[in-house]
Amino acid sequence: MLSKKEKKMILRIWERITPVAQDIGAEALLRMFTTAPGSKTYFSHLDISPRSPHLLSHGKKIVLALSEGATDISQLSVTLAPLQTMHAYQLRIDPSNFKHLSYCMLVTLACHLGDDFMAEAHAAMDKYLSAFAAVLALKYR
Amino acid sequence: MVEWTDFERQTIAGIFGKIDYETVGSAALARCLIVYPWTQRYFGNFGNLYNAAAIKINPLIAKHGVTILHGLDRALKNMDNMKEAYSDLSVLHSEKLHVDPDNFRLFSDCLTITLAAKMGADFNADVQAAFQKFLTVVVAAMQRQYH
Repeated sequence: MLSKKEKKMILRIWERITPVAQDIGAEALLRMFTTAPGSKTYFSHLDISPRSPHLLSHGKKIVLALSEGATDISQLSVTLAPLQTMHAYQLRIDPSNFKHLSYCMLVTLACHLGDDFMAEAHAAMDKYLSAFAAVLALKYR
Repeated sequence: MVEWTDFERQTIAGIFGKIDYETVGSAALARCLIVYPWTQRYFGNFGNLYNAAAIKINPLIAKHGVTILHGLDRALKNMDNMKEAYSDLSVLHSEKLHVDPDNFRLFSDCLTITLAAKMGADFNADVQAAFQKFLTVVVAAMQRQYH
C-alpha cells in the first residue's frame, strides 16, 4: 500500500530523474547484466556494452515508462496495458528479471541521490517498482 | 569452493577498509526495519520502533547494526572457508534466535543500498557485483546449519 506522502516522494524522484533518463536507465540495465548475467540472454540482438546507443535508448524507454506510471499510480493497469501485452506475448521475459532490474534501479538511484535516497524513499520506491512489475506480468497467464 | 578473482578480493577488502562501521551498520539495520517492516518482529525488546523517525534515532538498533556489520569481519578474514567460519553463528540464528534466513538476504540488500548511497559513482556495476557475490556467500554460510 502506498500513502499519499509516499506517492509524492516517488513522483518527485522520477521528476528529478527524467532529464537524465537515458543515463539512469542504461546504468540500471548495466548493473543488472553484471549481477544477473542470465538477463543478458534477452538482448542477444543488441549491443549492450556500457554507454552503447542501444543501451542508452533502451534505458531511456524503461525510465520514461516508470516515470509516466508514477504520475497516476492508481491507473497503472490502464497506463501499462500496451506494455503488458508486449511483455506477455512478444518479449516473454521471465518475471524474475523484473525483480533484478528493480533492485538495480534502487541501487542506481541510491548512487545518484546519495543521502536523499533515505530509507522512507527507498521503501516507497521499492513498493512502487514491485507494483509496476506485478502489473506488467499480469497478462502472462 | 567459491572462486574469488583478485578484483573481487581487493574490492571487498577495500570497501571494509574504508567504511565507518558506526554509520553504515546503524543505517543499514534501520533501513532494513523501515523498508521491510516485518523484520521488526525480532526486535520486540529494542524500544521505540513506532515509525521511521523513531527507528533512525533508536540507540539499541544503532548498536545492533554495528554488531551485525562487524559480524562480516570474519567473512573478510575467511573468504576461502566461510561455511566453517559461520557455523556457530548459523546455529545460533537457527536454534536460539529462530530467525527466518530470508532476513539475511533482506539485510544484505539494505546494506548494499546503504553503501551505494555512501559511495555514489564509486559503487559501479563491477563493485556492486563483487559485493553482492560476497554477501550471497555469507548468507549461504549462515543458512547452512538450519535443519
